[in-house]
Amino acid sequence: MTGSIMDTFFEECEELLEAMDAGLAAIEEGDQDAETVNAVFRAVHSIKGGAGAFGLDELVAFAHNFETVFDDVRSNKLELDEKLIQLLFRASDHLSDLVTCARDGGQVDSAHHDVLIKALAEYIDEDEEELVFEPMGVGAAFEPAALPLLDAVEEEVTYDIRFHPLKEMYATGNEPYFLFQALSDLGELSVSLDENELPGFDAMEDGENYLSWELSLTTTKPRSSIEAVFEFVEGLCELSITTDGDAEAEVDALAALNAAFGVGSAEEENVVDVPLEQPAPEPVEAPALAEVETVEVPEVKSDPASENTPVAKKDAAKAKSAGPKPTLRVELDRVDKLINAVGELIINHSMLAQQIANLDASDTRDVETELEGFKTLARDIQEGVMAIRAQPVKPLFQRMARIVREASAATGKSAKLVTVGEATEVDKTVIERLADPLTHILRNAVDHGIETPEDRAATGKEKAGEIRLTAAHRSGSVCIEVKDDGAGLNRKKIRQIAIDKGLIPENAELNDNEIDNLLFLPGFSTASEISNLSGRGVGMDVVKNAVTKLGGRVNIASTPGRGSTFSIILPLTLAVMDGMVVSVAGHTMVVPITAIVETMRGNDDMINNLGADGTLLSIRGSFVPICDVASSLGLRRDTTNEPAGVYLLVETENGDRCALAVDDIHDQRQVVIKSLDGVCGNVPGVSAATILGDGKIAMILDPESIVTASSSAAVFDTDRRMSNAIAS
Amino acid sequence: MQLQAEAKHVDHSEFVSFTVAGQAFCLKITQIREIRRWQPVTVLPHAPADVLGVMNLRGAVIPIYDLSARFGLEQTDASERNVVIVVSVHDKPVGLLAESVSEIISIDPDDIQETPQVDSRNTMDFIQGIISQNDEMVRIINLDAVISSPEQVAQ
Amino acid sequence: MKTKVLAIDDSRTIRNLLAACLEEAGFEYFSAVDGREGVDKYSDIDPDVVITDINMPNLDGFGVLEELRGDGINSKVPILVLTTESAADMKARARAAGATGWITKPFDDESLIFALKRVTGAAA
Repeated sequence: MTGSIMDTFFEECEELLEAMDAGLAAIEEGDQDAETVNAVFRAVHSIKGGAGAFGLDELVAFAHNFETVFDDVRSNKLELDEKLIQLLFRASDHLSDLVTCARDGGQVDSAHHDVLIKALAEYIDEDEEELVFEPMGVGAAFEPAALPLLDAVEEEVTYDIRFHPLKEMYATGNEPYFLFQALSDLGELSVSLDENELPGFDAMEDGENYLSWELSLTTTKPRSSIEAVFEFVEGLCELSITTDGDAEAEVDALAALNAAFGVGSAEEENVVDVPLEQPAPEPVEAPALAEVETVEVPEVKSDPASENTPVAKKDAAKAKSAGPKPTLRVELDRVDKLINAVGELIINHSMLAQQIANLDASDTRDVETELEGFKTLARDIQEGVMAIRAQPVKPLFQRMARIVREASAATGKSAKLVTVGEATEVDKTVIERLADPLTHILRNAVDHGIETPEDRAATGKEKAGEIRLTAAHRSGSVCIEVKDDGAGLNRKKIRQIAIDKGLIPENAELNDNEIDNLLFLPGFSTASEISNLSGRGVGMDVVKNAVTKLGGRVNIASTPGRGSTFSIILPLTLAVMDGMVVSVAGHTMVVPITAIVETMRGNDDMINNLGADGTLLSIRGSFVPICDVASSLGLRRDTTNEPAGVYLLVETENGDRCALAVDDIHDQRQVVIKSLDGVCGNVPGVSAATILGDGKIAMILDPESIVTASSSAAVFDTDRRMSNAIAS
Repeated sequence: MQLQAEAKHVDHSEFVSFTVAGQAFCLKITQIREIRRWQPVTVLPHAPADVLGVMNLRGAVIPIYDLSARFGLEQTDASERNVVIVVSVHDKPVGLLAESVSEIISIDPDDIQETPQVDSRNTMDFIQGIISQNDEMVRIINLDAVISSPEQVAQ
Repeated sequence: MKTKVLAIDDSRTIRNLLAACLEEAGFEYFSAVDGREGVDKYSDIDPDVVITDINMPNLDGFGVLEELRGDGINSKVPILVLTTESAADMKARARAAGATGWITKPFDDESLIFALKRVTGAAA
């Protein structure tokens, strides 16, 4: 039970941390609206509250410091200057780390922890700290320790209790009867109403309370247990608790003061009447309880939401409509089941269509009309279901802000992340798997792209570099772009590194685009030479792999002195795509439409041999290498045979074109993507599978890797190894 | 000894016996999801000989192994007469091509014998134990060893 | 008749903890995610006691107190506020606004039940 509550807690923490980051980002942008600040405060507060319940002390302690500082911000005691905002950001990052550690086990960097605690403490003035750690005022006399302590006193003692509620007590909803009931749990209780206190009828004032009770409680529990019962009415009644046979039940002012200072003194004195109507002496400007009558709240500095308190109904209604749209939390599993089912529905439709077409019926028009309706509905459902999985990239982008902050701090550079298109929605899985590559690109941008403040100043740039992170939908795909205004790629250096690492021959002739793409070669990592920040032992090839796995690609554009742009182009959804159904050596396969530039039927005149095994297709005067899909996939060993007659002109990432030779083209349709992950390992040339109308599985081809694997594509390059590496 | 101990875990339970390349094998009935008649599968490019391809099992794409080839015996020339035994390994469905299914047998764990030492490393790994059934030797397949992880296919 | 508790807190974790404890103890548990929803649900649920957080969006705990106490019909329902230990001043303010008592976060089941006992008489 607690386990699942704890899971919920961590889930909630994620959301709260996101909200906190969003709030801080808004504050940084200059939105220091009370509600924005309050929202961040609430997030920290909720994390602390939950963490407290699970005894996550380190988290509680840090959140507490954080919260205390934020409380002062909230009450305008602290000004939100740049320095403080940066500290709050770092504190928020650290809080996130603490949550992660609490969830997954592990330890945060304690030096960093201490630094932040100290930095936060500088903003907390000492008086306040005292107030925080030594709660005073209401309840101070018997705070949590006042809970019934079992077996603390074994001897049975009879207490005489005189209880006279003030009229204010009734305004708080406290009922003497319930208090007595609680008392009776402690031992033998007798209650009698003290009629002597009743004034004559004439003397009665409206609303005043004249009732008093005499109680006698015989219990083994300590006095503090009795006091605990009256905790809520402290200051709202006259109360005296005296032990058996004690005659001096007078209110002693000094004893009262002592009592108010702490439980200890009260217990040492055998006879202390706790004058609950007396205010606890309060060194700081805490509320005086005796003034409760006036129902005027004393000025309190850490006033959380006084301006929010008198919310008029009208305002509240407005706030409600302006609030977030109602949402429903659904387990991802269920959505995925639904997506699968819809995929089946679409397949089912094509099967039906195929069977109807095969029917030997004279008139199938009506059925076909209905079938068309079925198709439309199925598509609608599919789009709807896909939309459930789609999420805005905002949280991902927010996390990236942290990466840039950390990278800047680690490199001593100054960089600012500007995000554009945060509302762009992308499939949830895509978002999750984008985190790593994006992190890497951004670290790289700070580490290698952005210059030091001095260098920037020297070239007339603003001291702080700008990294622009953009998300946008572009004709059926999603484009995520990281653009920095740094120095641009150092091609000379990249080339040299590639040579040093034996990735290219020394005399290789490469154009700029090819040099840029060297970054993606496995084994190419400039990190070790330059700094340990962006590297962490992996190169940009990891970025490329991750993106390729998602069915996307990465492009680089760079201008010396002006900066570089990394673009990640991804399919909108991982679940369906438009494909061209082709046959290859008797197998039905699907080629993604997005990869195809043009399709054409070839004839012998168009084919030109080049060298021993290279063939080129001439298209309107230009020559394009032919890649026989069947042999590339190992489905036809004999490559001397003339490749089949249909060509799909595809364009690879670095702009090279290649003609994929297939046997025939059947049709073009939307196919449901079935991942081969977990079914089999990486199959060269194949990105996934799909189920066709006849229930058979068809491979979805990955033109990029087919071109790579094909020998004919490589004939142009002086060095085949390089070309393979670049294209892979 | 260890095999004995392992065999003890196999409670008195029901096994399905089948033939692969003329030899008798069996799998615990609880490991089997269903048995289907062989239908042509979709070939995976560059796949090793023991991976026949993938099959559509109610919308799921599942790999199909040729058990015979997997055991190092000759490749099965699959036809309509053969069966695909769909099992669950590492929580994933996987199809195993076998010649034919024989019967369901009930085995007392005490009757399971250790696999005698033979030269083939594969055989030792793949066979968990043997039992005698109608004077015939039936090999109990160690499924986890036969299908170690999905990633091994087509690598 | 079970004692009905309406818990108002924007933290799902706290709501879950309250629900677990209260349902286990035999209370009938209702919840609201903020003060506005709490006040809106109040009359339908007609709870025997309200537990409310202070700092919440839309309508905070003080707003809840004000709206529930301002309404003559509900003016006597016990309302417990959830506060943190350090917030002695908060207790005073809450009481001035009509809170019956308070529960200090983090709370354990025992102190929660004890607080309810003192304001409803129900040990449930």
